[in-house]
Parts: sequence; C-alpha cells; structure tokens
Amino acid sequence: MLNTILPILLFAALALAVLGAGKRFLMWRRGKPAKVDWLGGLLAMPRRYLVDLHHVVERDKYMSKTHVATAGGFVLAAVLAVIVHGFGLHNRILGFALLGATVLMFVGALFVAKRRRNPPARLSKGPWNRLPKSLLMFSVSFFIATLPVAGILPHDFGGWILALILAIGVAWGVSEMFFGMTWGGPMKHAFAGALHLAWHRRAERFGGGRSTGLKALNLDDPNASLGVEKPTDFTWNQLLGFDACVQCGKCEAVCPAFAAGQPLNPKKLIQDMVIGLAGGTDANFAGSPYPGIPLGEHGGGPHQPIVNLQGKALVEADTLWSCTTCRACVEECPMMIEHVDAIVDMRRHLTLEKGATPNKGAEVLDNLIATDNPGGFAPGGRLNWAADLNLPLMSEKKQTDVLFWVGDGAFDMRNQRTLRAFVKVLKAANVDFAVLGLEERDSGDVARRLGDEATFQTLAKRNIASLAQYRFNKIVSCDPHSFHVLKNEYGALGGNYQVLHHSTYMEELIAGQQLNLGQHKGGSVTYHDPCYLGRYNGEYEAPRNVLKAIGIEVKEMERSGFRSRCCGGGGGAPITDIPGKQRIPDMRMVDIKETGAELVAVGCPQCTAMLEGVVEPRPQIKDIAELVADVLIEAPAATKQPAAALEVN
Amino acid sequence: MPLNTLNIITLVSVGAHPMSGRARRAEQDARAVELGLRLAGERLRILHAGDPEEEALRAYLGMGLAEMTVLQQPPQADALPALSDYLRQAGAQLVLTGTQAETGEGSGMLPYLLAEQLGWPLVVGLAEVESVTDGVAQVLQALPRGQRRRLQVRLPFLASVDNAAPTARQSAFGPARRGQLQAQAVSVVEDVLFSEAQLQPARPRPKRLKVIKAKTGAERMKAATAKASGGGGQVLKDVSPEAGAEAILKLLTDEGVLR
Repeated sequence: MLNTILPILLFAALALAVLGAGKRFLMWRRGKPAKVDWLGGLLAMPRRYLVDLHHVVERDKYMSKTHVATAGGFVLAAVLAVIVHGFGLHNRILGFALLGATVLMFVGALFVAKRRRNPPARLSKGPWNRLPKSLLMFSVSFFIATLPVAGILPHDFGGWILALILAIGVAWGVSEMFFGMTWGGPMKHAFAGALHLAWHRRAERFGGGRSTGLKALNLDDPNASLGVEKPTDFTWNQLLGFDACVQCGKCEAVCPAFAAGQPLNPKKLIQDMVIGLAGGTDANFAGSPYPGIPLGEHGGGPHQPIVNLQGKALVEADTLWSCTTCRACVEECPMMIEHVDAIVDMRRHLTLEKGATPNKGAEVLDNLIATDNPGGFAPGGRLNWAADLNLPLMSEKKQTDVLFWVGDGAFDMRNQRTLRAFVKVLKAANVDFAVLGLEERDSGDVARRLGDEATFQTLAKRNIASLAQYRFNKIVSCDPHSFHVLKNEYGALGGNYQVLHHSTYMEELIAGQQLNLGQHKGGSVTYHDPCYLGRYNGEYEAPRNVLKAIGIEVKEMERSGFRSRCCGGGGGAPITDIPGKQRIPDMRMVDIKETGAELVAVGCPQCTAMLEGVVEPRPQIKDIAELVADVLIEAPAATKQPAAALEVN
Repeated sequence: MPLNTLNIITLVSVGAHPMSGRARRAEQDARAVELGLRLAGERLRILHAGDPEEEALRAYLGMGLAEMTVLQQPPQADALPALSDYLRQAGAQLVLTGTQAETGEGSGMLPYLLAEQLGWPLVVGLAEVESVTDGVAQVLQALPRGQRRRLQVRLPFLASVDNAAPTARQSAFGPARRGQLQAQAVSVVEDVLFSEAQLQPARPRPKRLKVIKAKTGAERMKAATAKASGGGGQVLKDVSPEAGAEAILKLLTDEGVLR
C-alpha cells in the first residue's frame, strides 16, 4: 500500500511546491527591475552557500554543525526519497544511502529541537517551534519506510496500521519540507535563500569581497517618485532577499537601537517587508516586537504605502529613523540580507518626497544646502581651526602626496584638537601634504543617510570637481564617515581615489620609520572600533598596530572588531534623535568600563562626541592621532624624502 | 465659515542665508507659507514678483504645492504695482507676507504700502487665525515676550508674519522639482529708488551694553523676565478720534519724530 501512497504524496507535495515557487517568484517580480546575472548567479550559488554563507554561520559552531547535519541530511534524503519511493527504484544500496541520510537529518533535527527547548529571546517561536518536530517526523517516517527497501525488514512488516501511520508522518514531513517551502512556511528560507544568494544585489560580497557603499539613486527622471514608498518600489531582488530571512534574530541581538529600547528590530523590519510583499498584518509575527509598539496594529500590502505619516501602515517612521546604519545586522545576518539598504531606501522617500525628516533633520539638511556644513556655520570659517598652523593649500600647491581631508569636524572645537594633533604628526614625519581649505565641503555622508540623495549628489559632485583640479596620491582623513564616502560612494559619481583613514596612514608612517615615537604613559587603554572604519571597510588592525607601536596593550572589549557596538552617532541618529529607554553611548560606555580601562582610544569624530557626551566619571576619550602626537619626540627621525608625487587623479 | 475654504495667497521672495548669502527660501516668507498651508491646505496660492527661472523659489513648492505664480519682472523693477494689480483681481480674502525681505531693499515697507494701495486692514505679526465668521476673522497677533493679542479683522485683510508664526515645514526635493513656476507677464514699473540709489551691506547697529546690577539669582531672573516698562506711557481710552490724533501728534513732535 505504501508503494502507492508514497509516490502520490511525494509528487503531490512537489507539484504544489513548484506551483508555490512560481507564485512566490511572481510576487518578487512585482518589485522594480534589477540587473542580475541569471545563469552565472545560479552557478555561483552552491559556492556562495557552502563557503560565504557558511563562514557567517560558522561563528556559532553549535548552529553551523546542526545546520550541516540537518540541511545536508535533508537534501540528500529528499533526492533519494524521490528516486527510491517516488520512482519506486527499490535498490538496496540506495535504500541504505537513504537510511544514512535520514539518520544524519534526524541527529541534526535533535539538536535543532534542543536549541528550541529554552530558546533565546532573539529566536522566533510559532511555526519555528513546529519545525524541529516536522524535521524529526520527516526523517523518522522515511527511515522506517525505507527499512524494507534496504532489506532490513520484510516488505509487509507492520501491515496496514504501520502503513497508515507512516503515510501520515510522510504527509506531515513533505507538507512542511516541500510544500511549506514555497508557500510561506519556515522552510521558505531555504528556497528563497538559495535564490537570494544567486541573485544578490551585492554579488561583490561573495568570495571575500566587501560592498558597503550605498547605491546611488537615479535622479534623472523629474517625474519619478523617489525612494521606496510601497513594497513594490524595492527592486525585485531586494524583495527576494527579505523572503530569505530565517528569523534567527542575530540582527536583533546586535542592534544598538533595539537594545536601547528604540522602536527598531531589524528582524521584525525584514518580516514586515515580507508582510508587505504578500499582504496582511503583523499579528502572527512570532518574535520580539519593535520596543514599545505592540503586535497586531500594523499591516499592509504590496501596493500600499509602507509608512503613513498621519496614521498606521506597515511600519512607523520612527522605526526607520532609529537606525544608526552601523551595519551590525548585515554583518551578523547568515542569509546576507541588506537591512541598511532597505532602511535608507525608505528614508529617501520620506525625505525627498514627503519632507518628513524628523527633529533636527530638516535643519541639518537646509544647512548642508546653504552652507555646505551641517551646523550652518559660515563657510568661510572652515579653516579657522588651523589659523596658526600655516597649512599648505591645494589651491597654491596644485600637487601633493597626501591630501588631508579635514571633514566637518573642522567646526567642532573638540575635534579640532584631533585635527591639530594629526597635523603635528604629519609635520613631524615630513609628509608632503596639503588641504583643500575652503574648497572642501561636507562629504555628504549625513545627507545621504538621512535620505537626502539630492543633497548628497550635489555635495559629492562639487567635491569631485574640486578634487579634479589637483594632483595627489592619496586622501587621508581622520573621519571614517568621510573616508567611507570618498572611498566607496564617490566612485558611482565619477570620483575614484585612494583613500586612507588616518590610523592606516599612521601605521604606514610608523612602519616606514618616519616617526620618532616615545611610549604611552598613563593608564590602561581600550579601543572602540568605529563602524564606518571596521565593518564598513574592514580596518581593524591598523589602529591596534598604531597603539601597539606607542606601547599600548589594548584591553579588548567583549564586543570589539567586527562585533563592535555602535556609539549611536551614525546614520544621522543623533539628529533624528528617536527616544528610547536608554542612550546607545551609555551602553557602549558600560562595555568600555567593563574592561577597566582608564582611556578609550577612538578614531572617529562622531564616536568622540557621543562617548564624551556620557556623564563623568568615565574613562577619558582620546583620538589615536592625539595619543600618537602626545608621545611624539620632536627631533625628526632619519629624514626620509617622501616619495615624489605620482599622478593618480 | 470653515477655515479651509478661505481664499489665501502668500507672497514669497527669494531669501539669502545669513552665513553664506546663498539664495534660499526666505525664513519669514516660508513661515507665511506654512501658516497658509495650515489654513488652506493645498488650495493655498503663492505669488512672487521677479524672475520665474529662480531655482530658490522651488523650495516653496517643495513644501507641498503643485504650482506658484510668478509675475515676471527684472530685479530692478518695483514689485508693489504688479502685486497690488494682481491681488485686486485675484479675489483673495487673506494675503500673507513675511515682515521683511532678506534680499533687495528689505525695507519691510511692502505690507504697509500694499495694504494702503488695496485699502485693506493690515495685521502685523500674525501668529494664528482662530476662526472666521460672517466675513470677520478672529486672529492672534504676536507681541514681544510671547504675549498674544486677540484681534477681530474683517475680510479681506493683509497680514505679515514674523518669527512668532509656526516654523516652516521641510521642503522636499521631489515636489520642489516637479512643481510649476507659472510666469505671468506684467507691465514693468521702474523703481525710482533703485535707479538713483546704491545697495550696500547693512552694518549691524551697535548694541547698548547691558549692565547687570542684580545681586542675586532671583533678581537676575526678574530682570530677564520682567516686561519692558516704558514708564512714561499714557493710555487713552474713550477719547474722540480728533483728541487721539492730537495726542499722537504731540508725542511725535515731543520725541522729535516730526519736526
């Protein structure tokens, strides 16, 4: 009897799965067009899955081993089950192979079930708690059903009662594993995830690459609505990416805004986008809600606005403005979903079409438009901090080795100390450098992250035009935000430069023995990785090497390197200032205090400002440039002539 | 009469950022547009006399308006005749302006001269329109130190707003770019003043040094929050218009305003 039922069940489930896959595919395709490498992506997918994705999952050894066993066992068991039971190829060897696969899957499923006994808060419950049972049911049912094929049990063993029980078990198993995969069950992550890896919007990320710059918005069509208003305004492969989410909540666990009690949970946001894709409400969401926003009150559909400024829609505007764009969620996501891109896309609509940048956002953007700096200071005062330093200007020198990009910290008295310290270092090393002076403008980082792509592109194009007048080998900046934007986001607008963070450049100077340095005196030191230097640009080592060179042994925080917690200063978050239960810099200061360090070394004006905003008593905050300048021994080291300026521009 | 059926026109000019001098929407005019938008919504009409190619004007459209009318004029022309001709025909019940332009002459005289030419009442420092009944508006006028005066004005009237009016909403790029600047040809009247006088940057008036005599915190608080007291003032009540005018004329002569 099983020989009749099993093929019917298998092929019915597979047919429904194919139908569901087609339906889901059409849902994704409602999004805007995006260029993908259809075939190349599919061919590269197994490698992306087995290597790139595995690297991310491997950070949690328990889960990576569990997943290898469960998923590997399942894929093998599914293929063999179709051959053996579907096509009735009752071969003993195949039977034993199928038994092996189901055992492997069963063992994996046991560990899945164990993780689900006391699940951490980040994990979704609901259907996800059903999944281990379905996995066990699938593996056990096929195991028993295959025993006769392997010749271990007689063919008529158990009679019709066992056959019935097995039929029910198999039906449950294949419904979850085949049919549920394309009809919105937990297994959807495998189907959508595989295709998401194939047609990822940042294919450069695979194979060890890095792609963190925001993508430029096309502003050419004056009649187009800008940014993302409705779910269908996302590109189709973004929609596909949202569908790949496995609701593991790794993003939720690292999100600084979520921890601060601001109304953002990256996992919930992605699930809301899935709701928007398919239509419905968030009442059945089985994970943590946005802090302070109860479930069941929001809903939407593919052609409905995501944010309704007057009432309720899918997502509250405050949720989008809580993000610091620190990219911790993207870094942790085992499905390589691009949360920050989606948030900025939606912000673009709010700013460019609705004029709804909250709190000081509008003022800052107006200032950037009128004065080229976010504070609204007179543009003529940009070089006042260096009035006594006699800095060489590009407009006079025309060519130089290092172009020192000062950044908007020029207007901030605290940051001026850092800038002056770095100039001291540059002079001590006899570096051939110059500044743009009054020709420099805000890099556009804040404008872009507040969604004002138009102001970003205006600022960027004017900066590129200024830079195009001169010859220089590299740009060095003390501000990781300017550094990131110049390095990774100006390219799309025609500005390609070699850009270095000042810590990287100081590491080069020290390695080239161009600096005569003493040893740091004073207490213990920890180092706070800026998001835009670390996660955005992968520079974790240079600042630590510089600190090591001046005799500092860094007392690492638990969350450091790629897991560093944001200071709360990125993405315009201090400007939009969405209220939460606590402040992000206060939480970071707790991390710092746990190391017992008396001083925090930083490498970013935003981090400096945010951390210094924490009330005393707390460790002192000093930029790496200040620490190096403090131990500089003024008598010049073996005077090396800086390399002659090469033509780069 | 519900407020949102009022026929409102806001007059706007090209402003200049105080730090960079770059052209922008003028601060007070933007507040006048905001007030108009709150009252009339998208039915608000805005009007400018000048160059229809001026990109800075688009910042007003970015506040959520599909179009604006520009009475086409060269920069040296007198805006007053063109505006008053247009407003006489436009059927407006309320015309809003800023107190003083940020560029050009910036004398702050336009609302007064316009009200005089149209023969309409003028409310200076309008903060809020509370209600309109039977062609009479009840409005709040802003006075120094956050005080408000409730006034009844018959329609149509002209009102200027200052920084007591609500802050202007953000100007969004998309609507600003899509909005239409409808140029309208008008007869150009040369401004006599411009043809004979020269513009030069204003020098800030020197400020009187503030000597703080207070000894305690409470006294300082009192000095900071107390009403400005002129002392020698005189309240005229229930006097005939002639007697009132006499008193004003006498004061002006005594103060040396009239000689």
